[in-house]
Amino acid sequence: MTTKLLTALLLGTSILGSAGVASAADVTLNIESWRGDDLAIWKDKLIPAFEAKNPGIKVVFAPSAPTEYDAALGAKLAAGSAGDLITCRPFDKSLELFKKGNLADLSALPGMENFSPVAKSAWQTDDGKASFCVPMASVIHGFIYNKDAFDKLGIKVPETRDEFFAALDKIKADGTYIPMAMGTKDLWEAATMGYQNIGPNYWKGEDGRAALIKGDQKLTDKDWVAPYEELAKWKPYLGDGFEAQTYPDSQNLFTLGRAAIYPAGSWEIGLFNTQAQFKMGAFPPPVEKAGDTCYISDHTDIGMGLNAASKNADAAKTFLSWVASPDFATIYANALPGFFSLNSAPVKMEDPLAQEFVSWRGKCKSTIRSTYQILSRGTPNLENETWVESANVINGTDTPEAAAKKLQTGLDSWYKPAK
Amino acid sequence: MAADIRPKRPFRWHIGVFLAPAVLVYTAIMILPLAGTLQLSLFRNIEQHQVFVGLENFRMLFGDPNWSVGFWNALRNNTWFFIIHMLVQNPIGVMLAALLSSPKLRFAAFYRTAIFVPTILSFVIVGFAWKLILSPLWGVAPHLMDLVGLKSLFTPWLGKEQYALTALSLISVWQFVGIPMMLIYAALLSIPEEVIEAAECDGITGLSQFWKIKLPLILPSIGIISILTFVGNFNAFDLIYTAQGALAGPNYSTDILGTFLYRAFFGFQLQVGDPNMGAAIATMMFLIILGGVCVYLFLVQTRLRRYQF
Repeated sequence: MTTKLLTALLLGTSILGSAGVASAADVTLNIESWRGDDLAIWKDKLIPAFEAKNPGIKVVFAPSAPTEYDAALGAKLAAGSAGDLITCRPFDKSLELFKKGNLADLSALPGMENFSPVAKSAWQTDDGKASFCVPMASVIHGFIYNKDAFDKLGIKVPETRDEFFAALDKIKADGTYIPMAMGTKDLWEAATMGYQNIGPNYWKGEDGRAALIKGDQKLTDKDWVAPYEELAKWKPYLGDGFEAQTYPDSQNLFTLGRAAIYPAGSWEIGLFNTQAQFKMGAFPPPVEKAGDTCYISDHTDIGMGLNAASKNADAAKTFLSWVASPDFATIYANALPGFFSLNSAPVKMEDPLAQEFVSWRGKCKSTIRSTYQILSRGTPNLENETWVESANVINGTDTPEAAAKKLQTGLDSWYKPAK
Repeated sequence: MAADIRPKRPFRWHIGVFLAPAVLVYTAIMILPLAGTLQLSLFRNIEQHQVFVGLENFRMLFGDPNWSVGFWNALRNNTWFFIIHMLVQNPIGVMLAALLSSPKLRFAAFYRTAIFVPTILSFVIVGFAWKLILSPLWGVAPHLMDLVGLKSLFTPWLGKEQYALTALSLISVWQFVGIPMMLIYAALLSIPEEVIEAAECDGITGLSQFWKIKLPLILPSIGIISILTFVGNFNAFDLIYTAQGALAGPNYSTDILGTFLYRAFFGFQLQVGDPNMGAAIATMMFLIILGGVCVYLFLVQTRLRRYQF
C-alpha cells in the first residue's frame, strides 16, 4: 500500500513537474504502461522522435509495475485520473475496458490500414468490427541454440522432427551439454515455450485455432494431442531436477553455456545478447517432413489505445497514428530486439538473432497462442489449465490423452461455440 | 434508607470516550471489511451490475465440480499443512524452550535469538532463499548431501507432486518455530521456584520433572499456541505464493485456501478475477477458522486446569 501511495505521489509530482515546464499552448499526453523496462527507450528515442515532428505536443511515459498495472489502471480509469494513452494488454483485459467505455474506437484511425487482420485480432471485438488499440509488437516462438556447441558436436540445424530428436540424442550422448534448458516448476514455460511453441505445426496455425473457437475441432483431436505427445518425449533431454527448475534457472543454464538448446520466446534476445559469451542461432519449431508448411506462434503482445475520457483526444490520435507508422516500428523494433513490429511495412533490424526470428514470417504462416482469444474467458481458465497440464505431461503425471481430455472437459463446461 | 438518598450515579462518559478510538479503528479496519466480504459473497456481477443471488455462489462453490474439486483439494492440503505444523513445529518449539530454560545451558540468549530470527524475516526472503537452497542446479542442499554420501536421497522436492507440500510445510516450520519456543519459554520461566523445589524434595527431577510438573503447568500456553497455529495456517498464503506461484504447482499439489482465494478473487494471467466467488471462498475460510476457534474455546479451554500460585 505504501509503495502504491509513494508511486502515485511520485507520478503526481512528475506529471505536475513536466506540466509546469511545458509552455501554455502545449498539450501534454501521458502514457500508461506496465513496461517500466522500456522507460529509457521511450524517453531517449521514441518521444524525442515524435516531438521533433509534432511541435506543441509533449509526451510523458509513466509506467507502473507489471503486476500492479491492471488494478492500478482500473482504479485510475474509474477515478478519471488515467493518462490519455493506455498501453493495451492483448485480448480480454483490453476488450473489457473497451466494453466499459474506457477505450475509444480506433477503427477509423489513419494508420490502422498498416496492420494485418491477425495483428489486429488481439484488440478487436469478437465480430472484428471495431478495433480499439494500435498493435505495437509481437513475440515469436522458436528455439535458440548454442552455435558453438552445435559446431563442436557437428550438428546441423534441425528442420524436421526426426533431425531435432537426433540432435538431442547426439548432445545427450556427448554429455558436455544439457540437451535442452527448460523446467516445469513455473508451469508456464512448459505451456508457452513448449506447447504453444511446437503446437501450431500440428494444428496448422490459424486454421486449427479458428476451428477450435468455432467448435469444429476439439482439444482431444489428434492435432491437439500430438504436441503433448512430443512434449512427453522431451523429458529425458531436460536437465537433472527439471521439476524444480524455474524460468530464471533455465535462462541461466543456457546463457552460462551449460545447455545447448533453449525453447524460447523472442523477448529473450535482448537479455541473451548481453549475457551469453558464445554465438547463438535460432530455428523455428521443426516440421514433420522436409518441405512441409511451417507455422509459427507470432503472438500479439502489446498495443496502445486511447482513453475515451481524454481531454486531448486529437493530439492523442496524432500520436497513435505515429505509433502505427513505419517510423515508430523501426525505432521500436531496433531498440527492443525480440519485440517485433506488427506493421505490414518491412522493418530493417540490426540484430542478427532478431533478424533470424523475423525471417520466419516470410516462409512460415503466423498464428497466435491458441488459448488467448475467447477461449480463456470462463472458469476453469483454459490458459491456466494449459500451464498445469503441459507441466503434468512433461513430468509424466498425466498422459497426453488424459491432459487433453481434462482441458476439453473444462472448456466444455462453460464454452458453447457459436454455431 | 441509604439507598434512597444515594445520588444517582452519573453516566460514566469516560468509558465510552476511552473505548472509542479502539472501537472505531477496529470497526473501520476489521468489522466493516468482514461485513463487506460477507455481503459481496451474496451478490454476483451480471451485466456489469451487482445482483443479489442469495447463496447461489456457495451452491456453485460446492456443487460445480470446477470449483468444488479445487476447494476440497485446497482444504485437504491446508489440513495437511496444519498437521505438519502441529506435529513438528510445536513439539520442537516446546523441546527447544525446555532446553533453553535449563539453567546449565550456556549461550542461551544466543540460541534464543538465532532460532527466533527467521520469524522476523520476510516471506519473500524465506521463500526465495529456500528455493535456492533446494535448487537442483545451484542449491547447497544437493552438494551438502553429496558430502555425507546421501546424494541419492536428493530429489527436486519443490517440483515433485508428492513432496512439495510437505517440503513447504517444513520450511514454514523452520521459519516459525521461534514463536512457540518463545511463548513456552516465557511460561516455563513463570513457574515458581517453590513448585520446582517441592518436586525436588519429593525426588522428582530431570525428565520426569518435565513431564509431571512443568508440562501440565504450560498446557494452557500450548493450547494458545495450537490455536494460533490453526489460525495462522488456515490464513497462510505468502510462502506458497512466493515459492510456487499463484497456481500452486505442481498440479495444484500445494494449493491451500489462501492461494485458491487469491486466484478466484484477483484472477491470474488470463483468468479474470471474480470478487464474488472470491468473497464466497473468504467467507468459507472465515467460517472454518471461526469453527475451529469455537471448538477450542468451548471444548478444550474450559477443560484445561489452571493453577494459581
